[in-house]
Parts: sequence; structure tokens; C-alpha cells
Amino acid sequence: MIRLEHVHKSFGRLPVLRGVSLEVRKGEVVCIIGPSGAGKSTLLRCINHLEGIDSGTIYIEDVPVYRFTREGKSVIDSDHRIEALRSQVGMVFQSFNLFPHFTALENVMVAPIHVRREPKEEVRRRALALMAKVGLAEKVGAYPHELSGGQQQRVAIARALAMQPKAMLFDEVTSALDPELIGEVLRVMRQLAAEGMTMIVVTHEMGFAQDVCDRVIFMADGMIVEEGAPHQIFSAPRNERTRQFLQSILERNAEMGDNPDGSLASPAR
Amino acid sequence: MRGIFTLFNFEGAKEYLPDLLRGALISVELTVSVMALSLVLGLVVALARTTRIRAIRTVSTVYIEVIRGTPALLQLFYIYFVLPAFGIKLEPFTAGVIGLTVNYAAYLSEVYRAGIQAVAKGQLEAAQALGMSRTLMMRLIILPQAIRIIVPPLGNYFISLFKDTALASIITVRELVFTGQIIAATNFQYFAIFTIIGALYLAISYPGSLGVQYLERRMKIGYRPRRVAPVGGPTRGAPQGAV
Repeated sequence: MIRLEHVHKSFGRLPVLRGVSLEVRKGEVVCIIGPSGAGKSTLLRCINHLEGIDSGTIYIEDVPVYRFTREGKSVIDSDHRIEALRSQVGMVFQSFNLFPHFTALENVMVAPIHVRREPKEEVRRRALALMAKVGLAEKVGAYPHELSGGQQQRVAIARALAMQPKAMLFDEVTSALDPELIGEVLRVMRQLAAEGMTMIVVTHEMGFAQDVCDRVIFMADGMIVEEGAPHQIFSAPRNERTRQFLQSILERNAEMGDNPDGSLASPAR
Repeated sequence: MRGIFTLFNFEGAKEYLPDLLRGALISVELTVSVMALSLVLGLVVALARTTRIRAIRTVSTVYIEVIRGTPALLQLFYIYFVLPAFGIKLEPFTAGVIGLTVNYAAYLSEVYRAGIQAVAKGQLEAAQALGMSRTLMMRLIILPQAIRIIVPPLGNYFISLFKDTALASIITVRELVFTGQIIAATNFQYFAIFTIIGALYLAISYPGSLGVQYLERRMKIGYRPRRVAPVGGPTRGAPQGAV
């Protein structure tokens, strides 16, 4: 579904991604964990071309996209094609980024109506169903500033789903939320995963990664250090860096009294 | 002795007040025409400065710098006295509208640009991620938010434009100051005439600045809550009516 081959990316002279190769199959839920500055968010942003890559190739459904080499020639996709590709991959951000001048429902409706030019009534029906799905049927007429962070993030998920994407990218979507609001967002994501959506999730929620993901990727210094099934990564990490990272998370959680039994999963979520 | 009394003599006002009011009306007409035109031209120039085509960017940058770097008075002279040499003869009012529009559009374009740049970067990314084109993003997401940011500064420019229309007197537009000068040249009641003119400007611009203050306060308040739309009902009444 989504494949990256030897992707390199620098910001100025600072290398952020150093040869990342990754394949995500249809219906797979992949979590990316790692310390800050590891390049996790940049990786996601490259997948829908919010950032251009310096070298390597990104494939969506086995077709090379954005900027690639074909028969020795460099090819750059047209703006129109890039826009079409982006509209097939939903993205949810840490800071929600809802459009403040639209109501919740209008936020969900705006892209299908204006980007896809779908009939308004049909979009409206779909948008209402999505708002109900994320548990906000009551809030369709509310403006973003009238919603809590958790509610805003659920609207943002509905907005991305309204484009009927083939895959969803989640960029630390619970990091800006108050602890008591994290659960409601993760619940929506769990449901989505259960329905078979292809998902790439950058997260610090180890419990979510352990329970929901099919595969966990540990990144550090712009590279994939280790990947494997959640139980393997969390109970028997092979790499020293992975071990250190998980240890530090464990200590932090213990300090906050999150899980007294010392396990990584927080069952409450 | 008599000179002093002449100075404070408001008796003649009854005769020339209608003329002054007509002049004030011309000032207002000039203000409204120039503001309407420069709001449009200013937006065009601002968008030209953000385009990806370099030649267009350069032209609009040069335009802004030339206009901001030269006196408005000189620009009016140019349009009224120099253009006829190239076969372009304009009525004073038309020349005044064009001259002040060219001037104000340059300043307003900078206000627009500041407003566009003040829209949070996350908004652009969210719009891009949904597959919006640059045009669509500008129309649906950026401009509606930028407008909220720039309404107060635009209001202040509107008021300062009203006072700047006095510059047009120099190219014989029969606005308030020019009318006053003509009358004063015949009856020498400078004090009375220019005091009345000042009062007329103040009477119009002060309510204007109160209005701007009101707008400033309103724009600070968050987006107004709206009743929850009934399921299946129409989705009208968005502030910008975009969806």
C-alpha cells in the first residue's frame, strides 16, 4: 500500500531521515515510536509530501510518487497529481488544525465538496454519519473554539475520513491533549483499526502501540533501528537503543504512578 | 480693531455653508471610491506578491516600493499634470481617484500580506493534506481568516484616507479644502471657514474611529456560536458562506 525505499531528507545541513525503507501493507496498523528528533513526524509528512524528500522513492499502491527517477530520468509529479494523491491519504495532526471559521460539520464537509466536487447532500449525509461515529453527533453545529481538545481531534479524524482515504497518518495526535481526553481519541483510532483501515501512527502511547498495532517500528537518529511485532519489541527488544528508550518510558510512567505493576500497557486506555 | 472682529465673524457662514457641505460630500465620495478600488487592487497586489511566478512578484514589489517611497502629492501631480503629455487627459475627480487608489493600494496590499502571513501554518498544512489546491486554500481557508485579522487596520486606513483626500485639492478637485480655499479667497474669513472645515472633518472621522474600535473589539471575540444545525436541514449562515 505504502512503500518507502532509501528515503533521505535533510533540513539544511541537518539530516533528519537517513535511508529509511519501510513497507506498510493494506489493512496494517504500524506504530512508530522513538525519542524526539528521531524523524518520526518528518517521515509521516514526507508520505503525503508536506515535506519533499532529497533522495529515495515513495510508492503509493506500487506507483512511484511526488519525485522519482524513471528510466534514468527525474520525474516530478504535477501539482494536480500531488493534490489527488494527498486527498487519498488522510492525515491528523498533533495540533488538530481545524478550520476555526467553519463549524465542526463544515470542517468535515469542506474537502469532499470543494476538492472532490461531490454532491452536497451526499457529503452531508456522510459527514453526519462520521460525526456520529466519532461520538460527536451532538456537536455538528459547534465551532472548534467551543470544543474540548479531545473533541476537536475527533472532528479532525472525521474530517480526514470524509475523503474516504486509503490510508491514515496520525502524527502524535494525543500529545497536545489533557490526560483525561486521550482515551476518547484512542478509542476512535482503535475502532478504525478494527475496521481494517491502513494506519501509520506516530505515538508516545505505548499502551496503544502494544494493543492495537500489528507492527512497531523504533526509530532513532533518522533511521529505523528495530521493527517487529509489539510483544517482541516491548518484551524482548533486540537493540540496545530500543531497550534504553523503553526503559526511560517505563521509569517516567512509574514516576507518574501511571502503571504501578510496571507494565507498559495502561489498561485504562 | 475691525480686523479682529472680521476674524471671528461667523455671520457669512449661512451663505457659504451649503458650498462647504457640497465639498464635504465630494470628500466622502472620493474616500468611498478610493477605498473600494484600493481594497480590490490591494488584494490583487498582495496575491501577486505571494505567487510562485517570479516576474509577477518582482513587478508588484517594485510598485509597492516606488509608491511608498515617493510623496502622494507628487503622485497626484504626475497623474494630473504629466499624463496629459502622453495624451491621457483626466477630469480632476477621476485623476484624484486614480492617484489616491494607486497610493492606497500599495499600503493596503501590505496589510493584506501581513494578514495572510498571520494565518497559522497548521491551517495550510491541514488544507494541503486534504488535497486542496493553492487557489482553493487561499479562497476557503486563508482569506476568510486573514480578513478577521485585517479588518481593524483596514478601518484605520479608511479614516486616514478620508483626511488624505484633502491632497486632491491640489489638482483642483472640489472637495472640502478646495471649496474652503475658494470661499476664503473672496471673503477673507479664514478663521471661520477653516474652523468649520475642521469641525466637518472631525464630525465625520470621529464616529468612524469609534466604529473601528467597535470592530476591533468584535474581532477579538471568538467565532460566534450558532445554533446546532438540525439534521438534514440546510447548512447556511457560515460567516463567509463558503461551504
